[in-house]
Amino acid sequence: MNHLIILPIIWPLLVALLTLLPPFDRSLLLRRYLSVGGSVVLLVFSVLLAIQSTNSPAQLYQLGNWAAPFGISLLLDQVSSLMLCLTAVLAVASSLYASSGEDEGGFFFHSLLHFQLMGINGAFLTADLFNLFVFFEVLLIASYSLLIHGGGKAKTKAAVHYVILNLVGSALFLFALALIYGASGTLNMLDLGAKVATLSDTQLQLLQAAVALLLVVFGLKAAVMPLHFWLGSAYSSVTPAVAALFAIMTKVGIYSLLRVFAMVLQDAGFVASWVFPVLWWTGLLTIVMGVLGVLASEDLRKIASYLVVVSVGTLVAMLSLGTPESVQALLYYLVHSTLATAALFLLADLIAHQRGKAGDRLVNGRKIVQPVLLGSAFIVVALSIVGMPPFSGFIGKLLLLQAVPQGEAILWYWSALLGSSLLLLIALSRAGSILFWQVAGADTEARMAGGRRGTALVLLVLASPLLSLFAGPLTDWCQAAAVQLQTIVNISPGAL
Amino acid sequence: MELLVAIIIGVLTCCAVFLILRARTFAVMLGLTMLSYAVNLFIFSSGGLKIGVGAVLNATEEYADPLPQALVLTAIVIGFAMTAFLVVLSIRARADLGNDHVDGKLPVAKNTRQGASS
Repeated sequence: MNHLIILPIIWPLLVALLTLLPPFDRSLLLRRYLSVGGSVVLLVFSVLLAIQSTNSPAQLYQLGNWAAPFGISLLLDQVSSLMLCLTAVLAVASSLYASSGEDEGGFFFHSLLHFQLMGINGAFLTADLFNLFVFFEVLLIASYSLLIHGGGKAKTKAAVHYVILNLVGSALFLFALALIYGASGTLNMLDLGAKVATLSDTQLQLLQAAVALLLVVFGLKAAVMPLHFWLGSAYSSVTPAVAALFAIMTKVGIYSLLRVFAMVLQDAGFVASWVFPVLWWTGLLTIVMGVLGVLASEDLRKIASYLVVVSVGTLVAMLSLGTPESVQALLYYLVHSTLATAALFLLADLIAHQRGKAGDRLVNGRKIVQPVLLGSAFIVVALSIVGMPPFSGFIGKLLLLQAVPQGEAILWYWSALLGSSLLLLIALSRAGSILFWQVAGADTEARMAGGRRGTALVLLVLASPLLSLFAGPLTDWCQAAAVQLQTIVNISPGAL
Repeated sequence: MELLVAIIIGVLTCCAVFLILRARTFAVMLGLTMLSYAVNLFIFSSGGLKIGVGAVLNATEEYADPLPQALVLTAIVIGFAMTAFLVVLSIRARADLGNDHVDGKLPVAKNTRQGASS
């Protein structure tokens, strides 16, 4: 067995534990080196796994060597390795940015960051639905603590909503899992996929009830309309490095939807008859709600939060088409939108600290100290999010538009996507021109975006031109990943 | 027996939903605890309810499904930790925000302005 597969789960756990032990518990400096170094090593592991998974069949890792449907298995395919790489890039940027002072708000910042990475990586790798629940809980309990890291009224208030909603979500998830187990007798994804065709009508009805609950749970994680109301206050109140890492959290929900509906249950009749239509319409409505949120936002962090909602809507509606082309477009757009919103969260913090009391609110403020660096970063990120050439958003949106099949779907999806792009262009140009050009008052002595902060920002901002520069190989790779995702279920668990 | 268990799960869930909708952190906490009791019973019954059969292989002819028991155990542990976290967070929220409403501010009643006291 290939033991590299389990390392993205074990490694962050080890790093997190090490930060609590001597000599790291005495010195913040050592913890910072360990945390950033740990993230870089995680990135190396993820890239190695991505190289291994390219053009090769999916690999199963059986924990404790227990046979497939009974033991816990991890599944490495191209989709999961892509998500691992994305998480690791965010981890490097986030730990680097936090090392410039944000981690002084509490002792456990770096430990929590790596516990969270463990949960996220576990959720991406697992091939067992119950294990997915366990890793959700691991990433959630770390995110609860990261959310209130640094303290303050706004964070506490957002955390109460976030924690209670997610606890209810976890309870619903368990109801769904019990129903699935009662109906099919298995929780292993591949096994379940193979058994769906043999289920009787009563069992299928139970399974559909479970699927309805799963939709609610994953919808809550992904912030799909009408379950997105927690996101605005939660994402705009957290510290910037955490917000950048949280950009992947909604994508965990999207990934779970993708795994369950595009892979495990793709052959079940009810998915096409009602699950995909539900996702389609809620996805389109999520785009509308997100865009309204962006237009109504009064500061840049709120704008970034609602941009997350817009991208979630775009992805969920695309997911519901269920074709290999749509999964391909979804994967590319997912990588682009995650990196772009994460960059915007970091940028919002830097801008806020250079404008005196005005912060990142869209009002007149002091002149920005580093207009060239922050201004060009803002232009790249904003153009990329809106979808203007030559940046990755353009290629991502082009792929999305092309993936929609002929017919009525085009009318809805094209108008939603293009309309939202236009409105985002208006909102972001307004934000940019106010933040950078409407200046008043004397120059300020401000927090400079040098060193660690600048590196983290540039790392995320550069991702956009790089994604469009290497769009050819990357889209081919995403296509192979999409095809692999949809054929994996035909392989029996024993054969892998 | 199935009917009895189903009624118990239903009643627990009803009480849980009622308590969660009270929107005060303590009531919500009790509600979430009840919901996790309901969930645990539900998972436990997902393997089929049997009386008088062994939990250990080879002890009896028939044996109970061991997997739901393992799942329930995991769910109980996780639920316990999450409730503990919520208790601490609620105390913190009471201190930070000055009241125990989940929205952080009391809804203003029509005649008496309760919100003013906080």
